[in-house]
Amino acid sequence: MTARIGVVTFPGSLDDRDTRRAIRVAGAEPVALWHKDKDLQQVDAVVLCGGFSYGDYLRAGAIARFSPVMDTLIEQAKAGLPVLGICNGFQILTEAHLLPGGMLGNDHLHFICRDQKLRVENDSTLWTSDYTAGQEISIPLKNMDGRYVADRRTLDELEAEGRVAFRYAADGDAADGYGNPNGSLHDIAGITNAAGNVVGLMPHPEHAVEPLIGTGRTDGLPFFTSILKKLVNV
Amino acid sequence: MSRTPLDTVEHAAATPDVELPWAELGLKKDEYERVVEILGRRPTGAELAMYSVMWSEHCSYKSSKVHLRQFGEKAPQSDALLVGIGENAGVVDVGQGYAVTFKVESHNHPSYVEPYQGAATGVGGIVRDIIAMGARPVAVVDPLRFGAADHPDTKRVLPGVVAGIGGYGNCLGLPNIGGEVVFDACYQGNPLVNAGAIGVMRHEDIHLAKASGAGNKVILYGARTGGDGIGGASILASETFDDAKPSKRPAVQVGDPFQEKLLIECTLEAFQEKLVVGIQDLGAAGLSCATSELASNGSGGMTVTLDDVPLRDSTLSPEEILMSESQERMCAVVEPGKVDRFLEICEKWDVIATVIGEVTDGDRLEIFWHGGKIVDVDPRTVAHDGPVYERPYARPDWQDALQADDANKLARPGSGEELKDQVLKLVSSPNQASKKWITQQYDHFVQGNTVLAQPEDSGMIRIDEETGLGVAIATDGNGRYAKLDPYHGAQLALAEAYRNVATTGAKPLAVSDCLNFGSPEDPAVMWQFAEAIRGLADGCQQLGTPVTGGNVSLYNQTGEAAIHPTPVVAVLGVIDDVARRTPVAFQEEGHLLYLLGDTAEEFGGSAWSQVIHDHLGGLPPKVDLERERLLAEILISASRDGMIDSAHDLSDGGLVQAVVESALLGERGARLVVPDGLDAFTFLFSESAGRAVVAVPRSEELRFTDMCGARGLPATRIGVVDGDAVEVQGEFTLPLTELREAHEGTIPAILA
Repeated sequence: MTARIGVVTFPGSLDDRDTRRAIRVAGAEPVALWHKDKDLQQVDAVVLCGGFSYGDYLRAGAIARFSPVMDTLIEQAKAGLPVLGICNGFQILTEAHLLPGGMLGNDHLHFICRDQKLRVENDSTLWTSDYTAGQEISIPLKNMDGRYVADRRTLDELEAEGRVAFRYAADGDAADGYGNPNGSLHDIAGITNAAGNVVGLMPHPEHAVEPLIGTGRTDGLPFFTSILKKLVNV
Repeated sequence: MSRTPLDTVEHAAATPDVELPWAELGLKKDEYERVVEILGRRPTGAELAMYSVMWSEHCSYKSSKVHLRQFGEKAPQSDALLVGIGENAGVVDVGQGYAVTFKVESHNHPSYVEPYQGAATGVGGIVRDIIAMGARPVAVVDPLRFGAADHPDTKRVLPGVVAGIGGYGNCLGLPNIGGEVVFDACYQGNPLVNAGAIGVMRHEDIHLAKASGAGNKVILYGARTGGDGIGGASILASETFDDAKPSKRPAVQVGDPFQEKLLIECTLEAFQEKLVVGIQDLGAAGLSCATSELASNGSGGMTVTLDDVPLRDSTLSPEEILMSESQERMCAVVEPGKVDRFLEICEKWDVIATVIGEVTDGDRLEIFWHGGKIVDVDPRTVAHDGPVYERPYARPDWQDALQADDANKLARPGSGEELKDQVLKLVSSPNQASKKWITQQYDHFVQGNTVLAQPEDSGMIRIDEETGLGVAIATDGNGRYAKLDPYHGAQLALAEAYRNVATTGAKPLAVSDCLNFGSPEDPAVMWQFAEAIRGLADGCQQLGTPVTGGNVSLYNQTGEAAIHPTPVVAVLGVIDDVARRTPVAFQEEGHLLYLLGDTAEEFGGSAWSQVIHDHLGGLPPKVDLERERLLAEILISASRDGMIDSAHDLSDGGLVQAVVESALLGERGARLVVPDGLDAFTFLFSESAGRAVVAVPRSEELRFTDMCGARGLPATRIGVVDGDAVEVQGEFTLPLTELREAHEGTIPAILA
């Protein structure tokens, strides 16, 4: 028996098929979920994938957050359902207040697509246990509105509680993917909720799961194997 | 601007003397007279609108048609070609039941007027062409040309174009995997923004743009129709820019990539359920084009009720509705029993869909407005029987002097130090510098199938996860070569794209082209055009790669100054298993570098002559297509059998440019030895065609050189992958850090 992991498609979702593939590569069963459907089909976990839901109009994630599926998702996430938000999915999670803070436009005002170096800060969430804290990984980053911001108190709280899950790794050459790519406060690339079941990050682990494709690395795969192991109690 | 009374067909017949604004709509006097002759009366305002856009240069190819025929007449026998020229895009068989459709188009004029929207809607348009064939779009490429890098207007145009391509393509979820960025003063005021796309489908899913089956419904779906882009094709794309005329900004369309993404998904779902008989996208000439082309390609006629078209602006006149180029719209022909399901799918995706007409068993296209018949035409006369011009052409009188101004006589570097200095100047010049600042604004990774993306020699996409089947695409064009000799310049573009595909390990299959030229009313430009097409058609015949479709962009000219003739050629290839692909980057120290092909003293049109001497003259490199074919076969075999682990084609900038790029990408240096019989300068900078440099693991050396020897391809050992510098023995050493700074610093310094 394996775990069933849902991937929600909103209008404008782009990485839904890629995320389902990554789940399959990790050995779990991907389940396609539709944004207008409140039924989560009894999946064991949900990924909100990347893209430009509703064209990022108004504000990234602001409209998708009101899709019918989100009512169920918010309720179940609060009750412990594992949820991972990648890029636009992270933006939706902040809009839904499942994660604190929000994303603004990149400080350089351009879309940026590159292989990004990250440092794993928290390896005790449901989605990061196959990493080791302090480990450096490299996965694709691609966004327009990726600058993480929050008020001082929230930032202090996140830091104090160890809820910064990933930081942009700063100590190295920009040509090799080091450095804060968008002006995110505290170099934050990803965060977790206090319970560790809801994680959001801007870079795209689902694009780093096969050796031949994309950057040619598989540094993103542990996201999906982490949750799989938790769900099937390996 | 409603007219009283409505200008119906009846009214037109009764009022033959009414003056119509045919000249304002871009028609010539004899063209208008021909419309009157076809109809046997004066056209209605709506009919005039349709003829004027459909007979524009952009839509009718009236100046280019007589030359373009060669692509059909000289088409090589190819088992791979499933759909050829004339449809929205060509379709090629790539094996395992898969078909691939691809095409390159121009959006040059709009991108100069309004860089962001012009470039964005260029991507949107080419992607709809791909969907209209029944395919899921899987990648885009963007060959771009701008004025001089340091010209102030380049700073306005380039960032807007790049942001527009990224803004639209990224939002559609299409990886951008290739293209080019070229700077040259000749494109100042006339930037070239070409956009290419690839789509994949199963053979049985190929769809065509035709309306057949009387009683079938015509459904318009996607965005509402607005006042944007009215007359885009006729006014903007088919005339030269002229300072005296009013701004053309209102003729540029505005794109909504989110709407297009929904259009892709809902169209593919409708295809999957086999609900669609025929389909056409709405691009240039909007509804005029879609209705007349669908009707004239089908078996019957068509009636359309224009009142049913959903509008963004309720004050639009019927003429404006017919001419509007509002983006993100498509037209499908659906059997009556399947209409409900089709509309349901559109609703699922929040896409507005409306039945606006019906296929009839007649042979007329009839359009109604407020109960009156405002169009009654034979659709063929609108869509296919436009004027055909045999424009006069003549070899320009300056051509001889240009060719006589031999670049081989330019002063050459006299010492190792001077060579080193010129290498740095070359790799840091805007055309030869890294374009990372630009390409990192495009998503390369989305869809999770990107095997190679720029700056690789060709972009490569996996299309089957089980078998590893993949396709590769490269686009190339060199306006400097084509200016010196349009016939061979076009063949060099073809040869380079063909070589680039083979360098990555894929077998070249078919060609699409985007032919960018000045005004066809200038006999010198027309000669360049005729020569380039002749060269391309001959070249495709010899290489066995048919032209499957493409696009002609004329009038890229301000006043008397035309751009360099710039045929951009896209070659599509197939690779059985993407795991066998060969990248540009050096992979391992100690691997041996081999130069494949012959090197002669060829500097005409070269990057060296431009960067060091600001010179354009002489003849471009010699073309030997048999050699290109042999080189490609060797590269493909070597990739497949694991004899090489990196390869880079040699083109502008010559060998040194290629070695520097492979070294920087691989973060490994190279030690080079100038081979016997060549001087260091020619070895490093010559742009002789039909060459590549490959890295061969020592264990494979004998097998590889035996293969080259047996097949008769010159292979010269020129060095080894080693260290952290590019060293040319006895001449100079350049550390990678210095090269990287030179190569990657230029573009951000100009644009960031």
